Parts: sequence; structure tokens; C-alpha cells
Amino acid sequence: MTDLKRRILSVLLENEPGALSRLVGLFSQRGYNIESLTVAVTDDQSLSRLTLTTICSDHKIEQITKQLNKLIDVVKLVDLTDGAHIERELMLIKVKALGATRAEVKRCCDIFRGQIIDVNASSYTIQIAGTSDKLDAFIESLGDVNIIEVVRTGVSGISRGEKSLSL
Amino acid sequence: MSELLSGGEMVARALKDEGVEFIFGYPGGAVLHIYDALHQTQFTPHILVRHEQAATHAADAYTRSTGKTGVVLVTSGPGATNAITGIATAYMDSIPMVVLSGQVQSHLIGEDAFQETDMVGISRPIVKHSFLVKKTEDIPEIIKKAFFIAESGRPGPVVIDIPKDLTHPDLKYPYHYPETVKIRSYTPIEKGHSGQIKKALKLLMTAKRPVVYTGGGVIQGNASELLTQFARALRLPVTNTLMGLGGYPGTDPQFLGMLGMHGTYEANNSMHHADVILAIGARFDDRVTNTPSKFCPSAKIIHVDADPASISKTVAIDIPIVGSAKTVLEDMLTYLPEIADQQAIDNFKNHMDEWWQQINLWRENHGLWVKPRYDTHSGLIKPQQAIEALFKATNGEAYVCSDVGQHQMFTAQYYRFDQPRRWINSGGLGTMGFGLPAAMGCKLAFPDAHVCTVTGEGSIQMNIQELSTCTQYGLPIKIINLNNGYLGMVKQWQDMQYDSRYSQSVYEDSLPDFIKLAEAYGHVGMKVTKPEELDQAMADAFAMTDKLVFMDIYVDPHEHVYPMQVAPNGSMRDMLLSKTERT
Ligand SMILES: Cc1ncc(C[n+]2csc(CCOP(=O)(O)OP(=O)(O)O)c2C)c(N)n1
Ligand SMILES: [Mg+2]
Repeated sequence: MTDLKRRILSVLLENEPGALSRLVGLFSQRGYNIESLTVAVTDDQSLSRLTLTTICSDHKIEQITKQLNKLIDVVKLVDLTDGAHIERELMLIKVKALGATRAEVKRCCDIFRGQIIDVNASSYTIQIAGTSDKLDAFIESLGDVNIIEVVRTGVSGISRGEKSLSL
Repeated sequence: MSELLSGGEMVARALKDEGVEFIFGYPGGAVLHIYDALHQTQFTPHILVRHEQAATHAADAYTRSTGKTGVVLVTSGPGATNAITGIATAYMDSIPMVVLSGQVQSHLIGEDAFQETDMVGISRPIVKHSFLVKKTEDIPEIIKKAFFIAESGRPGPVVIDIPKDLTHPDLKYPYHYPETVKIRSYTPIEKGHSGQIKKALKLLMTAKRPVVYTGGGVIQGNASELLTQFARALRLPVTNTLMGLGGYPGTDPQFLGMLGMHGTYEANNSMHHADVILAIGARFDDRVTNTPSKFCPSAKIIHVDADPASISKTVAIDIPIVGSAKTVLEDMLTYLPEIADQQAIDNFKNHMDEWWQQINLWRENHGLWVKPRYDTHSGLIKPQQAIEALFKATNGEAYVCSDVGQHQMFTAQYYRFDQPRRWINSGGLGTMGFGLPAAMGCKLAFPDAHVCTVTGEGSIQMNIQELSTCTQYGLPIKIINLNNGYLGMVKQWQDMQYDSRYSQSVYEDSLPDFIKLAEAYGHVGMKVTKPEELDQAMADAFAMTDKLVFMDIYVDPHEHVYPMQVAPNGSMRDMLLSKTERT
């Protein structure tokens, strides 16, 4: 499999009980994988907006989008991957911060434009937003720092410019 | 001011307003309010089966034979789970069906209450859609939506799970059954893209070795006549999938027979050598294509299907057309004169002489209908012979409901269906136990037609309790039991791949006396053991128009189904033709 590629799909889903389980079920049923999934209600209370990332081939992504479109609860769907789009993910990360590392962590955090949102004598909790790559890079940059906990939301995506995914 | 009805009454009324002819079901605690409403209103006849699986198969076959959506009513828990196999069967063959299941009271959901099961969850991968009713007032609209979803686009089963409290007789709400419904997230495509259709016609007109390959989409989409018209207009060879039989007249010279694993020599060879394939309402399933990478190496493929997800799923398609078989064939017939004048059409047909010569040669050499390809001197009844006798006795016009196994394949090969909706079988799921309840659904729909089940002693025992239902409703079905004393299809694979080690495909003399069994239910039993008795026995059985006749026909236990494609890694044309011949 040489043509595996990360895809980002954006979906408008009926905000109905069972809708999300049908969508997620489809992935396991057909052997597609989900790398990340974010979902929340939109300004229109009857709709949820969902961003899903998966790693697959061109052929697979065509099948995935077609199968998703077949779900009655899926109102609209767009593959953001190839068009100009913005991706953001939020991470909360708690690290051991003692002695010299306190300053070092603070410096890293500033470079990545993160914010320390909780402090105590031995740890920092940092909030940082950006592309998944950026969050990975931040973790990398912490080097030997002892990471206590990482919480990532998964990616949310939106297309650039005037294009929109709406009713 | 609209009428006030309870939830149970709403169900009864909505089914009436939808024009439902029969409800196939089985009562239980969670649906007692609904059953009482059915009893009080007496709108729609209810058929009490003996197992919920049979209700789903009967409703499914009612749909397959009439084109009208079958309805099932079952209770929660075990009632619902018993229905699952039948729902999956319908789902795999894209058969519309509406299944109403009872659910425990709303406030008990999630508490592991008595007979609680998450029906929406359990059925999720095998339904087109499902609803859990939250408010009594929603029942009519949900039922309307369920029929709309089940029937439109690529059809399929829809489940409506109804908590018991919402059907309570004392709680009445305004009833209004909508004429139509709109679902903003669901707009199935009916009409194909005209540009694509014209492109397809142009490609087809360049073909030297075209083949039309059609499936269940032509049957369910009521497009058989149009297909026949189109294929005849261009003298095109036609092959059908197991699900598509009857889509093109089986006795017509342009018909090549079924294709695929047990397809005919001429159908599989024609596909393999084709330069253009026009696929309509078929899904390139693995039982058809054999090894996808070796599938039809020199063909450009046009694929017409109601479901975009079926296109290029297993085999890459050159010209996709999303639309119903009917509208696309209509458009093809309309656009044809634009693409080709009479002269061009005549030329096209004449240029096909060579292709037809080749096909006829294949047919002559190995076709199933030219002469018997089985041993006619064994003194034993060959299953193929039994099907030929059935074909003769019923003039080729019966509704034939099959079970699953060798007998199913022999029927598909030897009963040549000239009309759609006569061949009723579980193709996608391959559900043993389908045949008898299916025949009940058919017979209820067509009381005056010949309706039979072709089955095996294995399959029939999976839903044999339905003989009792047939007694209750007076359903004079003919059961053609091709008794080979084995789980024959399993045995065939064991013969071929496991050195004839019959692991669990034999019954060790435990088979019942089917004649006595049939008689115990008040039916007629008939035992047939000799080839020369076959025709008369069939004639006698079908002459008993008011009796269910169980024909226990003893066939050669060691017969295999041929042709059989060679797998794995075989192409369409790689076939075994008998126990000793291979292409
Ligand atoms: C419910 C179910 N269980 C198992 C199978 C696997 N299977 C396919 S054909 C077959 C044998 C069928 O035997 P019988 O009904 O006697 O038909 P025959 O092949 O002998 O004609 C079996 C076990 C199946 N298709 N369905
Ligand atoms: Mg058998």
C-alpha cells in the first residue's frame, strides 16, 4: 500500500440519537480506521458538525465517502484534504515542572504559543492549539521533561475562503 | 381536528393507510397493545408464523414477488433477535421491508429489563435505517418515512423500535398520516446523467464483443421489459446474476444463463472475452467476478446502479451511471437513435455475427440446455433432472422459492425464468431456512399461481415448523425436497478440497420420515425414488391445487454442481466442468 494518505473529512450530521453510532459503526463494520473524531452541535441545534481523520488509499476514501453519504443521518459531507483548509487541534498537557525544568517548559510553551493554565508546586498544565503536527512537535520539544498526562481533542477542520459546509 | 388514537391504534391505522396487505408477525409482551389494536380494528390480515425468522422471510418474499413492501411485527428481546437473520437476508439482497419491533417501556430502556435488547443497535449494520420512537405522536410520520426509505434509492429493510408505553390504549393523540415525506438528508438519485448515458451508448456501439450483465436491480427496479427491449434492439447477449434471473427471458436465444461461480460456460466465457460490458443493477460481487484483478481483462465497463457506493467498489468502472435501472434504460432507448441511425444499428448487429458464432460454439460444447451434461444412465434421479421436471410440470411459470445449497444452484441453472419476480432466493446472505417461509409469502400474494419451494433435507429442517402456519392459513405450496442425505454443498467442497472428509455434513440416519411429518401437519407427502416416476409425480403434485404436497425426492447423493469456477486466483473462464474436466 503505497498510496496511503491522511484524509480529513467534514460531516454535517442530524443531531439525533443513534446518528453518531451509525457513523462510527460503519467504520468498524467496513474495516475503515478512524484516527481522530471530533463532534459537537452547530449553531443550528438540529445539526452536529463532525471532523474525522483517517489514513487510507484513494480507492478507500472514495468508498468511505460514498458509504457515509448513504447513511440517512448524513446531511452533507466534504473531503477537506485536497482543498485549502484549516485544521486545529487542542491539547491539554500536564508535565512535571521542578527546578530547572520549570523555566525550560515555560520557554518551550512560549515558543509554541501555548498557555500555562494551571500551576502547582511540581507541575504545569499547558494548553496549546494548532495543527496535529504542531502538537506533536511540541511534545517532541519537551525532550526529557516528564509528561504526566496528555489530552488531545482530535482535529477540527474548516475550508478556507467563502466555501462552507452548510444546509 | 384530527382523530385521537393511541399508539397501538396508530400503528394499525398507518399500516392500513399505507395500503399494507399482510402483517407477518408473532406477539409478545412488548407488542400486546399493538396486537390488541390490530384485533379491534381488523384492518389488515395478520399471519401468525411459528418463528420470527419465518415472518421476515415471508414478508421478504412477499416483497420480492409483488414489488410491494412486506411488513413484520415482532416483540422485544427474543422476538427481535429471532428476526435478525431475516432482516440481514433482506439487507444483503436490497429488499425493502418494514420491521416493527416492540421495546420495553421507555423508562426501563438501558436497565436490562425483562426482554430488553438494543434492537436499534443489534440491527444497525443490517438495516438501511432504523428509528427508536420517542413520542407517540411521531408514530405515523416515522412509519411513512420508514416506507419511503425502504423503497427508494437502493432499497432495504428499515426497523422501527417502539417502546411499549407509547402504545398504551389510554394515551391518545391526534393522528395524521402524511401523504408524502421529505427527509432533508436523503435524496436518492433516480435519473442517470444524460451525458454519461450518451457516452455509454457511444462506447457500446463501438463494441465487437459486448455483453449485458444484469442483477437484482433490474428485477427490483421493474426494468425487465425495458432491458429485454434494449437487448433485442441491439442483438446483445445477456447474462444474469443469481439475483437477476428472470430479468431477461430465460428461454430466449440471446440469454446466456447465469454467470459467476456456478454460471454457464458460455456466460463466463463471454464475460471473459468481452470488449464492452454493460452492467445494470449488479454489484460485481465476489461470487461473480472470481479474482477481481483477472476479471474481464479486455473489457471497458459501463455500470448503471442506484447506489453510487456499488460503483467501482470491487472492479474499476469506465463509465459510471448513477440512477435506477428503469429510468436509465428508458433514457438509453430514447437516446439510441441520436447516437446511431438505423444503418449504424444494422451494421452493429451484423458485425456481431462472429461474436454470436463464438458464443454458440461455447454453448454447443458445454451449455447446460443443449443436451444433458449429467449422467443419464445412473438409474438415480439427478437433481438437475428433478428441476427440469419441475420446469415442465409448471410450464416455467411457477414462483420458485429456493433454500440454500446445491439444489439452489441446480434450480438457478435449470429452471429458466422467463419473467421477473418468479425466482425468489437468498443470494447475498445465502440463508438456509429461507425457502418455506418465502413460499408462504408468495402464496399469500398469488393464491392462484403455482408456488413451490425447492429445498434440501438440510435447509427445510431450519424452518420446518412453518408447515403448521401453512395448515392454519391453507397455503397449498409444493415442497420439492431434493433429498441427497447430505449437506450437499458442504459435501461438494469437502469432496473437492478436503479429500472427501465429511466433517459434520452427514446426519447418521437421523432424518425424519418427511412423508409422515407432512401428514402430521395435515399435508400430503409423496416419496419419489426413480427417474421414470418424476414427471408423473410432479404432475400429480401440482394437480392437487388445494393441498400442500411435500415431495421427498431422493436424488443422487454424490452429484456436484458444475460448472464451478476455479478459485482462488482464477479468472471468469477458469472452470471445472465435471468431476474430471477442467477448462
Ligand atoms: C443458516 C445457514 N447455515 C449454514 C449454511 C452453510 N451451508 C450452505 S449450503 C449448506 C448445505 C445445505 O444442505 P441442503 O439443504 O441439504 O442442500 P443441498 O446442498 O444438499 O442441496 C450449508 C450447511 C448456510 N448457507 N446457511
Ligand atoms: Mg442435502
